[in-house]
Amino acid sequence: MSIIILFLAAILSAVGWWFWRQGIGSKPWLHVGVLAGSPGANAPVVPAAKTGLGVFLVVAGCLFALVVSAYSMRMQMGDWWPMPVPGILWVNTGILVMSSVALGWARVSCRNGAVERMRVGLISAFLFALVFLAGQVAAWRELAAAGYTLSSNPANSFFYLITGAHGLHVLGGLFALGRTTEAGLSTPAARGTRDLLLRIDLCDIYWHFLLLVWLILLALLAGWAGEFMVICRQLLT
Amino acid sequence: MSDVTLGPTGAVPPAEVEDVELYHPHSWVTKYVFSQDAKVIAIQYSMTALSIGLVALVLSWLIRLQLGFPGILSFMDASAYYQFVTMHGMIMVVYLLTALFLGGFGNYLIPLMVGARDMVFPYANMLSYWIYLLAVLVLVSSFFAPGGPTGAGWTLYPPQAILSGTPGQESGIVLMLISLILFIIGFTMGGLNYVVTVLQGRARGMTLMRMPLTVWGIVTATVMALLAFPALLVGAVMMLFDKLLGTSFFMPSLLDMGQQLEYGGGSPILFQHLFWFFGHPEVYIVALPAFGIVSDLISTHARRNIFGYRMMVWAIVGIGALSFVVWAHHMYVSGMNPQFGFFFATTTLIIAVPTAIKVYNWVLTLWRGDIHLNVPMLFALGFIVTFVNGGLTGLFLGNVVVDVPLSDTLFVVAHFHMVMGVAPILVIFGAIYHWYPKITGRMFNSTLGKFHFWVTFLGAYAIFFPMHYLGLLGLPRRYFELTDVGFMPASAQSLNAFMTIAALLVGATQLVFVANMIWSLFRGPAAGGNPWRATTLEWQTPETPPPHGNWGRDLPVVYRWAYDYSVPGADQDFIAQNDPAPHVSAHGH
Repeated sequence: MSIIILFLAAILSAVGWWFWRQGIGSKPWLHVGVLAGSPGANAPVVPAAKTGLGVFLVVAGCLFALVVSAYSMRMQMGDWWPMPVPGILWVNTGILVMSSVALGWARVSCRNGAVERMRVGLISAFLFALVFLAGQVAAWRELAAAGYTLSSNPANSFFYLITGAHGLHVLGGLFALGRTTEAGLSTPAARGTRDLLLRIDLCDIYWHFLLLVWLILLALLAGWAGEFMVICRQLLT
Repeated sequence: MSDVTLGPTGAVPPAEVEDVELYHPHSWVTKYVFSQDAKVIAIQYSMTALSIGLVALVLSWLIRLQLGFPGILSFMDASAYYQFVTMHGMIMVVYLLTALFLGGFGNYLIPLMVGARDMVFPYANMLSYWIYLLAVLVLVSSFFAPGGPTGAGWTLYPPQAILSGTPGQESGIVLMLISLILFIIGFTMGGLNYVVTVLQGRARGMTLMRMPLTVWGIVTATVMALLAFPALLVGAVMMLFDKLLGTSFFMPSLLDMGQQLEYGGGSPILFQHLFWFFGHPEVYIVALPAFGIVSDLISTHARRNIFGYRMMVWAIVGIGALSFVVWAHHMYVSGMNPQFGFFFATTTLIIAVPTAIKVYNWVLTLWRGDIHLNVPMLFALGFIVTFVNGGLTGLFLGNVVVDVPLSDTLFVVAHFHMVMGVAPILVIFGAIYHWYPKITGRMFNSTLGKFHFWVTFLGAYAIFFPMHYLGLLGLPRRYFELTDVGFMPASAQSLNAFMTIAALLVGATQLVFVANMIWSLFRGPAAGGNPWRATTLEWQTPETPPPHGNWGRDLPVVYRWAYDYSVPGADQDFIAQNDPAPHVSAHGH
């Protein structure tokens, strides 16, 4: 459970720092009038959707941190047989990186008003992500065929749970990206609107989050994270 | 950020946040059923939560009847008893208290108190309610499923929760887990709304430190719930896998009726960690909104500014953060390393510090206040006493050496019913009475309200005070019946019978509350916009009850904090938050 505690400590210190900046130390009974520090005064205005996405990412991050915590707790018990990592996962990782890059490109293009390039970026990001999901399913089939089924060992169960949870988040993202792509295709070429830019921006942030989570999960499944933890433990003791 | 005091005549900064484009309902259905107005959603949430709460109340009657008069109910066997205990606990904690405080009061009060027109994502807010309703329906459906609802206890500990011999093992447990997963998804949609609305939807001039403590309590609890519920989600999904797909996340190798089961290699303790990582913050998810609301009730009805507002805010945030590092105090008897026990006992006792600060500040707010014993105030005072009682037994149970012998006795049941059962429910009643005139535009019947308070308050003590004693005698919880056990004197059974009669009376008295609410809705005297002469924004709306959009043409502008009561030299004994009133200095107190 130390991983989730670290995650929460990071989140809570960020929240605490922000609270402090917002004047949580002030004495409100002494001041009458319209104060600085209220929304719209002095503070850059972030769209509500972006703040909402940020909060959601913290929640989703918490979910993954908990799964990783459970995994590492189970890993420490004696009878742990880790699964082999099928080679196709590395290909999938490359594809997910491509998807993220394409989406980043679409965002920059949208900002610069290059609508055609933005469309290419959106469509390729969408397709890359689809291929990633198909690749994940292929990895599952490969493992199942080799006898590593869901219920044969706790390590296997965790493997399917972790990849499945990540896959579901990609699927949910694809829904949003699909609608954004649709909006991008129907926009007249002259106008990359502010609204569209925001939507692409949100997808882009979410995609980078998914990529980061995937890299951490992959490191965990491949066993590097275990070595990393051993080093950390040695440093602490 | 430095505080810039512009003074009362200082220029109002221009609105940089655009006024929100509201969704305009076109039909009766979109206005009152699939509504995107936070106030309608709040009422839907509250009605659903109170209805399912009444089911849990009836279940508690059945439990008490079995304990007080064993064998009086012909349909009550051990299985039914466990099922009723489980469903009573789960409904009360998750589907009533959490839903009512956050979904009900959160939705109604946050936009009004921070001066917003609505939540920032009204559509997600609407979805949140309907998914919650679906979760409740799935839960209720388990009563009619083959084998009945799960009887695993509200903690749903594996391996017993999904093994044969536990009632509801066939389908009840599956429906329970699915219902919880739905609840969490629905709550997350609502929770994002509450947090982002407080971050970005506040009116001009409404700094964080000018928010009423109610908003602080609800929003901190929401943040905690957003971070804690994923643990329950992970646990529920993993247990569902174990039950349906034959995985062994939580299931060790087992013999069942002489047969070796397919399971092997899982860790039941892992579930306990996940469950209590959610379960302990859950206690404060229920308590913090109650803390916030009670602060506002006391301040308003004692006509006095809240004592130590800053300290109250810091205590709420501090309790919220600390509650994430105490979960294993629910697991002292799980066989964990005693050194962990020491660590968790320490963190648990540290929570007593900010909590005690809050209690002292409530008492100091009352000190020399102009106390009006209105119905909401009675409930708020009842809360303070009850919370202190329940909190003190918490100090006992937080210590490993005291907890181990008291584990799984009625002492624990009495403790948590006082601290997170009776205490928050007293606040819920107080809050409903307090905001009823704003929600309906009419005043409730005060005499009936006072009757409701005294029977509920005294009755709750008649039920739960003797329970501590029974626990100290060693009576275990979750036992269907205790016939002739040597350590239990005959008088203990008489005490059990007394508690049962008290429970029946208290439960029946809640009908007086329901009748009062319904009767007053049609026949109550008109209340006016601000019957309690309160300062906070929700009482300053141009219309009562506030319509969709809350504020008419112009959003309010906030000039002062939420607690300007009895300001020396002011015309009235309160100054509303949106009152620019240049005629008083606020430095007098």
